[in-house]
Amino acid sequence: MTVLRAEDLRVTYSTKGGDVPAVRGVSFEIDKGEVLGLAGESGCGKSTIAGAILRLHSPNTKIEGTLELEGEDVLSLKPGRLRAVRWTGASIVFQGALHALNPVQKIGDQIEEAIQVHGMATQKEAAVRAGALLEQVGLPPRRKDDYPHELSGGQKQRVMIAMALACSPTLVMADEPTTALDVMVQAQVLQLLRSLQHDLGLAMLFITHDLSVLVDVSDRLAIMYAGKIVEEGKASEVFHAPQHPYTAALAAAFPEIGDTRFRHRPAGLGGDPPDPQHIPSGCPFHPRCERAIDACQTVVPELWDAGPGRRAACVHVAGAPSLESVGS
Amino acid sequence: MGTAKYLLGKLGQLFITLLLVLSLAFLLFRVWQPGDPVTTFAKATGAHYTAEQLDQIRHEWGLDVPLPQQYVTYMKQMLTFNFGVSTILSPGTDVSSMFWSRMAKSAILITTATLASVAIGVLLGIYGGWKRQGAVDQGSMGTSMVLYAMPEFVLGMIFILIFAVGLHWFPVNRYESAIPATGFAHWTDVINHMALPWLTLTLAYVGEFYLVMRSSLLDVLGEEYIALARAKGVREKYVLRKHAVPNALLPTITLVALSFGFILSGVITVELVFSYPGVGKLSVEALDARDFAVLQATFVISVIAVLLANFIADLTYAYLDPRVRRA
Amino acid sequence: MKTEPAIAATETEIRAPVLPPKKLTPRQLKRARRRRALSRFWAAFRQSKMGMAGLAILIFFVGVAIFSMFANKGALDPTVTTNGPRLAGPSLKYPLGTQVDGISVLSLTIEGARISLFVGLAAAIISMALGTIIGMWAGYKSAVHDAILMRITDVFLVLPWLALAIVLAAMFGQNFWIIIVIIGVTSWAGTARLVRAQVLSVKERNYIERSRALGASDAHVVIKHITPNLMPVIFANTILTIAIAILSESQLSFLGLGDPQSKSWGTMIDEAFHAGALTLHAWWWLMAPSICIVLVVLGFTMVGFAMDEIVNPRIRER
Repeated sequence: MTVLRAEDLRVTYSTKGGDVPAVRGVSFEIDKGEVLGLAGESGCGKSTIAGAILRLHSPNTKIEGTLELEGEDVLSLKPGRLRAVRWTGASIVFQGALHALNPVQKIGDQIEEAIQVHGMATQKEAAVRAGALLEQVGLPPRRKDDYPHELSGGQKQRVMIAMALACSPTLVMADEPTTALDVMVQAQVLQLLRSLQHDLGLAMLFITHDLSVLVDVSDRLAIMYAGKIVEEGKASEVFHAPQHPYTAALAAAFPEIGDTRFRHRPAGLGGDPPDPQHIPSGCPFHPRCERAIDACQTVVPELWDAGPGRRAACVHVAGAPSLESVGS
Repeated sequence: MGTAKYLLGKLGQLFITLLLVLSLAFLLFRVWQPGDPVTTFAKATGAHYTAEQLDQIRHEWGLDVPLPQQYVTYMKQMLTFNFGVSTILSPGTDVSSMFWSRMAKSAILITTATLASVAIGVLLGIYGGWKRQGAVDQGSMGTSMVLYAMPEFVLGMIFILIFAVGLHWFPVNRYESAIPATGFAHWTDVINHMALPWLTLTLAYVGEFYLVMRSSLLDVLGEEYIALARAKGVREKYVLRKHAVPNALLPTITLVALSFGFILSGVITVELVFSYPGVGKLSVEALDARDFAVLQATFVISVIAVLLANFIADLTYAYLDPRVRRA
Repeated sequence: MKTEPAIAATETEIRAPVLPPKKLTPRQLKRARRRRALSRFWAAFRQSKMGMAGLAILIFFVGVAIFSMFANKGALDPTVTTNGPRLAGPSLKYPLGTQVDGISVLSLTIEGARISLFVGLAAAIISMALGTIIGMWAGYKSAVHDAILMRITDVFLVLPWLALAIVLAAMFGQNFWIIIVIIGVTSWAGTARLVRAQVLSVKERNYIERSRALGASDAHVVIKHITPNLMPVIFANTILTIAIAILSESQLSFLGLGDPQSKSWGTMIDEAFHAGALTLHAWWWLMAPSICIVLVVLGFTMVGFAMDEIVNPRIRER
């Protein structure tokens, strides 16, 4: 059963310096109980997608295309319905370690707010449920009277997760949930997310730039570059046998411990991601690509077949049409 | 308890600051003061004093002992509001008594104007920041900047020209009519006289408070917990009320506290413009007459007032921000 | 079929044009970098309507001030105007009217421009210098230095500056330069706090640590590393300080503490007020210098705010 469906999603910010196309045509689906990992460098548009799903962007931002949450068209929801769907249909886990929690409000109150806004319980019931949620993420319920500054980074992240589960959503989006944490704490939080996802049968959209994290957590992986998906497929396959040069570079930058491929050749990726207002012609990755050929400057690749259950937007993949038949 | 420790800490700082200020006052009014206060006083009274009588006065005023000893006595005197006697303005009169009578009049004016100014500035600032670039915001921004650029006494004079001299709605100056009324009529008369100075003080600073609150709110609105609140499905007005404003108020309080010194400075010129018989006007009279005894009292009292106001601001801050209350 | 990628050529073509690798000395590089930074700043500043409007106002008044140094002296001589009208309203001959001695208000205002601007500028420089030195010292040196200096700074922050200023003026005289020093010495505390905060945040950066590990002295680190980082913030703050200094000077002059030899706008207002201009309906005498003060302070404030926005950009999307 499809929980989230995006088709040709385009998100454009309007700024003083002109329009910025952050997301330029992204399509994907997430089924119930499935974890889709979305990876890419900063500025590739992945966080923008999460915001678009709950329509958190400013009214100036143009969102076009199709975005359906449990079959409902998100982009045409009226304000009242939108507020009702938020958090009950899909919720977000931000990087809690920074400023995602209101510093002057007790964390219990912040969790209860989610519950009460949707009229799901009385004040007392909400308080009980908040305590239960905290327990579920491994924190003692009495901590709901604490303020955010009294918690460590890892604890704050757990609170964010507890809050995200407050209204029993169908989809949970995790936007860089472990990036600001120490490695040990990262592992614990990831373990928590995995077990909760499994126990509650949640659909999850896991966004991060750290590919090695995604391999363990996701069922499927989508790699984003310059506002588009450039590769997608089963998580382990994409990571261990990347078809797109960018995925290969990204995987090389985040080797798994024990992965002998990179032990003697630590690899990095030179250059910077392109400015969304000045995306290179043809394949946006070609200026940084080791395997670029002349055609890459003119041909705009699409997600072509790159193996069973795999697609990649590169002229080198198996399913790419032959270069002579593709125009500029 | 964390709060108590925080407040005690602030009180301690306040006391140290007060001691430092009083030491500065000692330097100014005892060590560096030009001329000899005793002879100045004698000349001002017009009476003739013999040398022994002058020495006697000198002894009474504690000026014939070595400086370090003077320092200790001085500190004790200041802390008990014992400011000695006026030397020129009203020779021989106890300075403290000169103040108390005028203090109430200034206090009413200053407190009501400050509260009104803060309230209007903050409320408008919240509205302006929320509906950024709306009509109210743009109009208020422009007005605020102009008001900020205007010295208080200029604003006062403009009001006098328009409302008193021009339209005759209000009296030009003073606290009450030449022939004071009694009972209820007296109060309406006082309010009538206080109206323009009050309006001047209120508007003179409302611009700053508006700009600060608006800026603070805009900063807060960019924080992630605001996005999170919206994502949870909270209505806009509650996002503002429960998440944005409580956090935006914090830096505003700090900045408002910093402006108390400016407000007290402004009162001096405003009272002059309106001939309002308060402490400010007294300081101007003392300044014109170079009566350092009275000026000294102005200095110390105004500093204490600012310190008190700052302490109240600290209390408010502690109430609003749990982070300073940590155990 | 597949040609070997001619990467070098394509890459340099696609990327933004890079300066040809000329051999430049470090000093030349630094100067070039600074020039580029300044032109970028100016380009950003030009975009700000508020900033440009403020700049226009300032240029106008600085022009008036410079003009007053060479011309205008004749009109101020009271013997010239003894036969002229007194307290006359604006007319063709006297665009801003005359005051109680028959002197043209316009001429007085022009003269006042020079005095008010100069005092404001000079006092602000003293205030900035004091504040920056104290702030840097407090931020960079040990905690003990910091604590002591901050206590002193707090004292000056808390003091109602006018209460202190009138005492100092009453004691040390009403000389033009003394007023400048008094304003400078009573208004440095805000800058000190700001500079200290900036120094504290810059101090922790890696290249500072590395520099010290290599044995750099305090002076070296402060001059070559910390100060350049602070320049934009300090500069924006200076502009706003000038605005406050001009307001402060007008307050002091209005209380009669201005230099009677050099009549600033504040002194003009003081004279007008005490001559009864209010009740005599001689609004031009009061309003001309008043409006000038407001315009000049607005000018500096607008420029200062515009600069502050560029130096401290706040990304506000929502």
